[in-house]
Amino acid sequence: MDRMPPWADALLVPLISLVLAAILSALVIIGIGEDPVAAVTLMVKGALGSTYGWGYTLYYATNFIFTGLAVAVAFHARMFNIGGEGQAMLGGLGVALVCLYLPLPHWTLALVAATLGAAIFGAAWACVPAVLQARRGSHIVITTIMFNFIAAALLNYMLVNLLRPKGAMDPATAKFPAATNLPTLHDMLTPIGLNFSKAAPANVTLVIALLACLAVWLLIWRTRLGYEIRAFGHSETAARYAGISPTRITVVAMLISGGLAGLMALNTTMGEAERLVLNSVEGAGFIGIAVALMGRSHPLGVLMAAVLFGFLYQGGAELALWTNIPRELIVVIQALVILFTGALDNMVRMPLERLFLSRRRKEG
Amino acid sequence: MTIMKTILGAAASVALASGAALADPALIFDLGGKFDKSFNEAAFNGAQRWAEETGGSFNEIELQSEAQREQALRRFAEAGFNPVITMGFAMADPLSTVAPDYPDTKFAVVDVTWLDVPNVRQIGFAEHEGSYLVGMLAAMASETGTVGFVGGMDVPLIRHFGCGYAQGAKAVNPDINIVANMTGTTPAAWNDPVKGSELTKAQISQGADVVYAAAGGTGVGVLQTAADEGILSIGVDSNQNHLHPGKVLTSMLKRVDVAVYEAMKAGEDLETGVFTLGLAENGVGYALDENNASLITDEMKAAVDDARQKIIDGEINVVSYYENDSCPALTF
Repeated sequence: MDRMPPWADALLVPLISLVLAAILSALVIIGIGEDPVAAVTLMVKGALGSTYGWGYTLYYATNFIFTGLAVAVAFHARMFNIGGEGQAMLGGLGVALVCLYLPLPHWTLALVAATLGAAIFGAAWACVPAVLQARRGSHIVITTIMFNFIAAALLNYMLVNLLRPKGAMDPATAKFPAATNLPTLHDMLTPIGLNFSKAAPANVTLVIALLACLAVWLLIWRTRLGYEIRAFGHSETAARYAGISPTRITVVAMLISGGLAGLMALNTTMGEAERLVLNSVEGAGFIGIAVALMGRSHPLGVLMAAVLFGFLYQGGAELALWTNIPRELIVVIQALVILFTGALDNMVRMPLERLFLSRRRKEG
Repeated sequence: MTIMKTILGAAASVALASGAALADPALIFDLGGKFDKSFNEAAFNGAQRWAEETGGSFNEIELQSEAQREQALRRFAEAGFNPVITMGFAMADPLSTVAPDYPDTKFAVVDVTWLDVPNVRQIGFAEHEGSYLVGMLAAMASETGTVGFVGGMDVPLIRHFGCGYAQGAKAVNPDINIVANMTGTTPAAWNDPVKGSELTKAQISQGADVVYAAAGGTGVGVLQTAADEGILSIGVDSNQNHLHPGKVLTSMLKRVDVAVYEAMKAGEDLETGVFTLGLAENGVGYALDENNASLITDEMKAAVDDARQKIIDGEINVVSYYENDSCPALTF
C-alpha cells in the first residue's frame, strides 16, 4: 500500500485546499479594507440562509452538475473536454428551437422534447472534435476549445440574424410560449406543504441533474460501455488488446460528454430566462472542469463540488449587492477556490500522502 | 467567545446596514461595469452628484451575469430601496417580469421606452438629434471630406446614433463620405478598446480625419488611436473632451447623469411613464469646454447652435432610424 486512505483522498484534500483558498481570500478582503468575517457571514447567509438563497445556489449548482458530469465522463476515457462551453451554447440553441417551433401542449412534453434537443445539439457539437481525435489524432483539447469560439459565432449569427424578434435590441429569441415554462422549486414544493421562495430560479431541471448523476454512475461502473471507457482511459494499448475499439470509445464518450454539457441549457434557457440569450452559459462550461477535478470525476463528488460552486456564485452575488467589494475581487475569490482545488491539487495531496505514508511506516 | 462576538457583531452590522438603507435609491449598472468612461459611468456620476448634494446614500451593483438581472431587481425591491434605477435595454425583459411583483416600488430604466408596466419610469434619449449636431461639427472640421463612425454593438440603438450623425454631416456637405463600422454583434463590443483602435486605423486609411465613437468602453480605444494618429475624434455619452485635450473635437452628450440624478432626487415620488429627452429638454447636446475651445470656431458654433434651435422648433426634421428601421443618409 503506497496510498493514503480513500476518505483522506476524497474529503481531506479538497477540504484543506478550500481552507487555504479561504485564508488567501480573507487576506485579499483585508487588503481592500473590508471585514472578512462579515463577508463570509454575508455569503453564507445569502446563499444558504433562506430558501431564496438556496434557490439561487441550487440553480447555479444545476448548471455545474451538468458541465461537471460532462467533463468527468470524458476524463474517464482520459480525454480533456474543455468544449463544455460551446456544447452548452449549442444545447441552448436546441432548447430554443424545440420550444419556439414545436407546438408543445404541456411542460412535461416540452421538457422531454427539449432534453432531447439539448442533448442532441450538444452531442453533435462534440462529435466533430471526437471524430477528428479518433481518426486523425487532432488533439481534443485544441479542437474543443476552438469549437467554443465557433459555437459563440454561430449562436451570435443565429440570434442576431434569424431568431431575434424584429426591432428588438437584445440579441435574444422571443419569449418561449407559456406552455413550455418549467415549474420552479416553489411550484413543486408548495403542494407538499413546503414554502419555497417564489423568486428563486431553481427548477425541475435540478431533478434531471440528479438523475443524470445517477445515470453517469450506472454508466461508468455498472455497464459494459462504462467498463470499456474506463479501460480505454487507463491504457489505450491494453484496451485495444482486449478488443475495444479506440475510435468507437473516443466518439461515444465525447458524445455522452457533449450531450451532458448541452443539457445545462435546460436550466438556464428553459428554466430561468425562458428565452435564449447570447451569454446564457457564462463560463459554466469551464467551471465544470474545476467541478470534475474537485469531485474526482465521481458523480457524487461532482454533485458536492457543484453545490460548493453554486454557493460561491450566489454568495458572490450577495457580496456584490450589499458590500463595496468590487466585482473583480469577487471573481478573484472564486478563482482562488478553483486554483487551489483544481490546479494546485497536488500541492496539498503530495505532502499529505507523505505524511500518511511516514505514519504508516512508523506503525509498521 | 471573541470569535463569536465578532461574528455576531458582523451579522448585526449587516442587518443594520440593510435596515438603514430603507427608501434609499439603488442603482444597477449593466455588464459593461461602473467605470466604462461612458454610459454606466455617466449614471454613476449622476448618482454621485445626488449623494454629494443631498448627503444621501445609495446602493449599487455591477452585474456579473444574466441571472443577476432579475436577482438584483428583486433583492433591492425587497430590501425597500426606492427607486431602483437600472441601465440599458437588456433590463427591459427582467423589468417587465419583476416590476409588477413590487407595485409599491418605483423603477427607472434608461434606454428603454416600450414597456407596458405602470411603476417604471422609462427614459429614452433623442440620440439622433445630438448626433446630428456632432455630425455637422465633424463635417465642418474635416479636411479630407471623409468622416468615420465607430459603433459598439450592432443594435438599432447604435444605428440610430449613426443615422443622426450621417444626416448632420450631409447637411453641411452633401458630398461627404461617411465610413461606418460596428465593433461587433455581442455585448462584448461595448468593451473592446483594441478592436475600436483597429477600426479607427482602418477608417483613417480610408481617409477619415474625424471619427465619432458611439461604442461605450470601446470608444476609449477609438479616441486614443485618433489622438495618436493626429486626427480628431468625437466622444459619446459623457463629456470625453478631457481624455485627450485638443484632440477630441467634441462629445455627444447624452445626459444619463441628469436622468439618474433627477430620478434619485424625486425619490419615492418618481413620476413613472415614458420620457424622451431631446435637445429641447437638454437631454442631448454637444460638449464645449476649455479642452476643445480651440477646435470649434465661432462660425462652427453659430451654425450648430442655429441647427439646434431649428430642430427644437421643428424646422429641421432629423429622421429617426426607428421610424422604419432604415436610414436615409447611411446604409449599415
